[in-house]
Amino acid sequence: MLDKNGIAKRIAKEVKDGYYVNLGIGIPTLVANFVRDDIQVEFQSENGVLGMGPFPFEGEEDADIINAGKQTITTLPGASFFDSATSFGMIRGQHVHLTILGAMEVSEKGDIANWKIPGKMVKGMGGAMDLVASAENIIVAMMHTNRAGESKLLKQCSLPLTGVGCVKKIVTNLAVLEVTDEGFLLLERAPGTTVEAIRAATEGTLVVPAQVPEMKLD
Amino acid sequence: MQDGMTFMLGGFGLCGIPENAIAELVRLGVKDITCISNNAGVDDFGLGLLLQKHQIKKMISSYVGENDEFERQMLSGALEVELTPQGTLAEKCRAAQAGFPAFYTPAGYGTEVAEGKETREFNGKMYVLEQAYEADFSFVKAWKGDEAGNLIFKGTARNFNPAMCGAARITVAEVEELVPAGSLDPNHVHVPGIFVQRIFQGKAYEKRIEQRTVRKKEDA
Repeated sequence: MLDKNGIAKRIAKEVKDGYYVNLGIGIPTLVANFVRDDIQVEFQSENGVLGMGPFPFEGEEDADIINAGKQTITTLPGASFFDSATSFGMIRGQHVHLTILGAMEVSEKGDIANWKIPGKMVKGMGGAMDLVASAENIIVAMMHTNRAGESKLLKQCSLPLTGVGCVKKIVTNLAVLEVTDEGFLLLERAPGTTVEAIRAATEGTLVVPAQVPEMKLD
Repeated sequence: MQDGMTFMLGGFGLCGIPENAIAELVRLGVKDITCISNNAGVDDFGLGLLLQKHQIKKMISSYVGENDEFERQMLSGALEVELTPQGTLAEKCRAAQAGFPAFYTPAGYGTEVAEGKETREFNGKMYVLEQAYEADFSFVKAWKGDEAGNLIFKGTARNFNPAMCGAARITVAEVEELVPAGSLDPNHVHVPGIFVQRIFQGKAYEKRIEQRTVRKKEDA
C-alpha cells in the first residue's frame, strides 16, 4: 500500500519531456516533487501562470504571485503570466498535455465527482469542470477508499458529477487502473498489495488480466 | 451606486482584488447587490467585508470555500449563490467585453451546471450554451495605470481583471501607481484604456496573503 507521496511518485512517471501539466490541489501538488529533473516540464496554474517554481524562501514571498491553491510560489526561467480567460483557453483548447486531479468518486464509465457533497460541503467546482471536460489526458490521484472504508471506484457516482466519461487513468494507494469499456482495468498493484485486496476495495467492475505487475516507483 | 445593482469584481482569492472599491462599497452601504467574482473573500477581508454587512443578495463565483460567513448565509438561505465553472466565469466576462451574447463550452456538460441550458454537439463532442454576463459596474485592480486608462498588471494579480474591463456599463480601475499618459510603454499595456472609464490610485494596499508557503534557505 502507498502513502500520498507514493501515489504522487507513481504519477510522476506519467509526466513526459515537453509536457505542460496542470496539477490540482492535494496529492496532485506533490507530483511536482517527484518529476525527473532530466526532463523539461512546465506546470500551469489556472489562476494565470505557466512555469511555476517551488515555494519562495522565507521573506521573499510576494502576495501577487500565487498558485490556484492560493499559496505563495515562485516562477522558473521561461515562465509567463496571463489572465484567467487566456488560462482557460489553454485548458479548453487542449494545449495542456496532462491534468492531474483528486476525486471523491470515479465511476467505471470515467465519470468523476469531486466538487460537492449535498447538504455538507458546497465550496464550488473552481476550475475542475473546465479541466475535466477539456483535457485529453486526465489522471485521478486519490485513496482507493474513503474515510469510512467505502470504495471510491464505483459502478456509478452517487455525488453530483464534475464531468462525464472523462477519466482515463486512476492511481490510488492500492493500484493503477485504466477506464475501459469493460470497467476498471487493473494495470498495476501497489507494493505488497494483492489482487484480492484491490478487488475487495473496488465496488465497480474490475477487470483483472492474467498478469498484474507490481508498481515500479524508482 | 444604487441598491440592487450587479457588480463584477476582479481577483483570485485575495490576489488582485479591488481593495479600495470594496471598502467604498462597504462605506456607501449599497444593498441587495449581485457580485460576479471568482471567490467571496475571507471572513474579514475582500468580499467578506460586504458579506459581514449583509449587502450581498447574490454571489456568482466558482469557488467559495474560504469563507465561513458565506457558508452560514448560504445555508440559511439569506444569500443566493450561483456556482459557475471558473473558465466559464472568465469567458462570460470576456464575452460581455467582446460583444458575444453567448458561447458554447464543454465545461459542465452532463452536470447540474448544464441543467436547463441548451446543449449542442460539435464534431462528436457535447457543449453547453453559456450567456455573457450583464453588469452595471466592473471594479478591477491593476499594478500601474495611466490617465488614458491603460493598465498593466503584476504576476498572478492579473487573473479575472482584464476580462472584466469593458464587460460592464462602467469599468472602474484602481491602480497602485497612476502615471501621466505617455509614461507607459504602449508595448507593455495589458488592457487598452478604451475598456476603462474611471481610474484612481488606491490607498494603502494590504495585499493579504491567504496561504503563506515558504521554504528555508538551508533546505534548498
